[in-house]
Amino acid sequence: MAEERIDVKKTYKMYIGGNFPRSESGRTYKALDSDGNLLANACQGSRKDFRDAVKIARGAFNGWSSRSAYNRGQILYRIAEMLEDRRDQFMRELGPIGFKTAEAEADINASIDRLIYYAGWTDKYQQVFGSVNPVASSHFNFSMLEPTGVVAAFAPEKSPLLGLVSIISPIIAGGNTCVVLASEEFPLPAISFAEVLNASDVPGGVVNILTGSREELSEHFSSHMDVNAMCYTDELPSDMKKLIDENASLNVKRVVKRMIKDWYHEDSQSPYFVTDFQEVKTTWHPVGF
Amino acid sequence: MSNTETKDVPYKPTSPNSKLDFASVWEYAPAPQDSDFAEVKEKYDLFIDGKFVKPSKGRYFKSTNPANEEVITEFAEATQKDVDKAVKAARKAFEGEWSRISAKERGKYIYRIARMIQERAREFAILESMDGGKPIRESRDVDIPLVAAYFFYYAGWADKLEYAFPGKQPEPLGVCGQIIPWNFPLLMLAWKIAPALATGNTVVLKPAETTSLTALKFAELVKDCGLPDGVVNIVTGAGQTGAEIVNHKDVDKIAFTGSTKVGKLIQSSLAGTDKKYTLELGGKGAMLIFEDAPIDQAVEGIINAIYFNQGHVCCAGSRLLVQEGIADKVIQKLKDRLATLIVGDPLDKNTDVGAINSKEQFETVNKYLELGVEEGADIYQCDCKVPDNGYFIRPTLFTNVSQSNRIVQEEIFGPVLTVQTFRTAEEGIEKTNNTPYGLANGVWTDKGSKIFKVGSKMRSGVIWANTYNKFDPTSPFGGYKESGVGREGGMHGLAAYIKN
Repeated sequence: MAEERIDVKKTYKMYIGGNFPRSESGRTYKALDSDGNLLANACQGSRKDFRDAVKIARGAFNGWSSRSAYNRGQILYRIAEMLEDRRDQFMRELGPIGFKTAEAEADINASIDRLIYYAGWTDKYQQVFGSVNPVASSHFNFSMLEPTGVVAAFAPEKSPLLGLVSIISPIIAGGNTCVVLASEEFPLPAISFAEVLNASDVPGGVVNILTGSREELSEHFSSHMDVNAMCYTDELPSDMKKLIDENASLNVKRVVKRMIKDWYHEDSQSPYFVTDFQEVKTTWHPVGF
Repeated sequence: MSNTETKDVPYKPTSPNSKLDFASVWEYAPAPQDSDFAEVKEKYDLFIDGKFVKPSKGRYFKSTNPANEEVITEFAEATQKDVDKAVKAARKAFEGEWSRISAKERGKYIYRIARMIQERAREFAILESMDGGKPIRESRDVDIPLVAAYFFYYAGWADKLEYAFPGKQPEPLGVCGQIIPWNFPLLMLAWKIAPALATGNTVVLKPAETTSLTALKFAELVKDCGLPDGVVNIVTGAGQTGAEIVNHKDVDKIAFTGSTKVGKLIQSSLAGTDKKYTLELGGKGAMLIFEDAPIDQAVEGIINAIYFNQGHVCCAGSRLLVQEGIADKVIQKLKDRLATLIVGDPLDKNTDVGAINSKEQFETVNKYLELGVEEGADIYQCDCKVPDNGYFIRPTLFTNVSQSNRIVQEEIFGPVLTVQTFRTAEEGIEKTNNTPYGLANGVWTDKGSKIFKVGSKMRSGVIWANTYNKFDPTSPFGGYKESGVGREGGMHGLAAYIKN
């Protein structure tokens, strides 16, 4: 009789600066399937992990924001290609956490399409939302959009793949870098998505993904002085909401709240999600001989 | 050009190679602006629901002319009850008449305001200079014409909003609480009220307590224009009145222009609410002058960047960064040019630099002057005559400063320039961005590609290239980082007043 093969399980770590480190704190928590069985031990990200990630995201900002719009578009498209290629992996990822086969397929399809949607916006939002301004004096005057900087975001809790992809895409399409906290209850698809990112020409540090607790990290996400914007799309407990807003005022952080329940709805994707993380820069120059 | 060598030919003050010396050639006769026809009442009430009403607690505070320290008039102090009344009036107007008027007709009301301001422009300019201390040349040629232009520009947007927001149905927010500063009183009112009305909102506006006069004159004008009651409400008072607006439960949006410190307080007090907000806060603008820059133009630009409006400009170019090779030359030319500035009576048409807006600000700026010296910087001030009364400060520049000096890092909001040097473009950019602010910066060079590269690396909402301190209603304005959130002006300024 053939011996039963013991399968090799993946260790799920976090994604910081293009690497997959464990939490410096050494802490983990249990990621369970829908029957309550252990799927894996997820890292319990700490304040220090977040601070490391922000430093790396800041370091990656100049390079990423200087990429051409065309190049960023191609890289987003490449992520979509890689995700398409790894459909089976995500079917296996989503099944145990409650997605029926058809639901998982739909989720993966929508995620791929969402990446392509934003890939297409990279070299267009500037044309739609920038302007040449007819000032009355003898000056040439134009307004362009520039990325806000480093964005800290809570990925949607109940949509561990599509929701995650839907918030990362517009942020990086616009040249920002980010530190994203994965769904706390379903952290594993986010780490598998990090593998996709890692295989997709996305420079290390542009997207950093932590796993852990919102309750613990909301204080640090919102108070970090080198984070330019904070974003979430779920209804949060009112005290957490208030804490985030208050901390944001320490360095006039932009707080982007878009309450989205259904990530399949047409309102869940929009170029305005790109402009949420853009600053308008207006340049003047005299006109003359 | 060679006239300085010939003794017979009189010294030509415009010679670019000589020290500018107007004073010994020409004596400036006084050129006072007649101010008799600008009527000022003894005291002003609050403007709520289309009527001037007394404040509920009956308290008034005095407003002085900073150029002579004389009391001009008194303003009512709006307390919680008054603010509540104003918000209710604004709510009623928003849900009632103002929402029923078609966008086209709404626009026509705003056009009417623009025209009426043009008609009474000189009167407004005089009052602005009397109440705030700015030279009549600036209030007459910059502030008030821009006020009219902002209303005219936004009036036209009222029935065209769907073109500004592709794929969206723009909807107004409701009642907007607006709090404005004292440096450009009526202009800041225009920046706030014009886009708010164009998008169909109603407003409760609080002018700064030292400069409320033109806002109340504007209230009279609103009445003359026949605007429905409650669409525009003006409540006067100090910080506490502002806080009442910010914390009022029935206000949908707060628009604030002022210091970063107060802006952060406002952002924090809005925590946990769904009120929308835009903040136009402080700045510490840098001007990078490269060796290939047109130096004389640059010197003129620097003077305009920092001494315009006594330096009471959030986007003022208060830090000069000169490329090393031309530093001595630029500094010398600046000092020479400084010597020609006329500091004095704001109502004199020759005046370049008027009075510091208030006693409080006068003391703040003086503290920074002392601090700069304590920090080891070299101070230079023009030796111009300054009136005995009133709050006047000589245009000042500091050399021998370092990036970490407080006079380099903090917003002084006065006629004080710091001068540093740089070698490479990268170093200049690094120094430019090395403050928590990001409102405006300048770059001076004759090389086009350098302008675009340097401009794209400066983290600020406005870049003035080979110019500085220019404003226009079509041109968006606002900050990166701690200089604020959101934009005012232009098409982008509309976004601050519609639902997400």
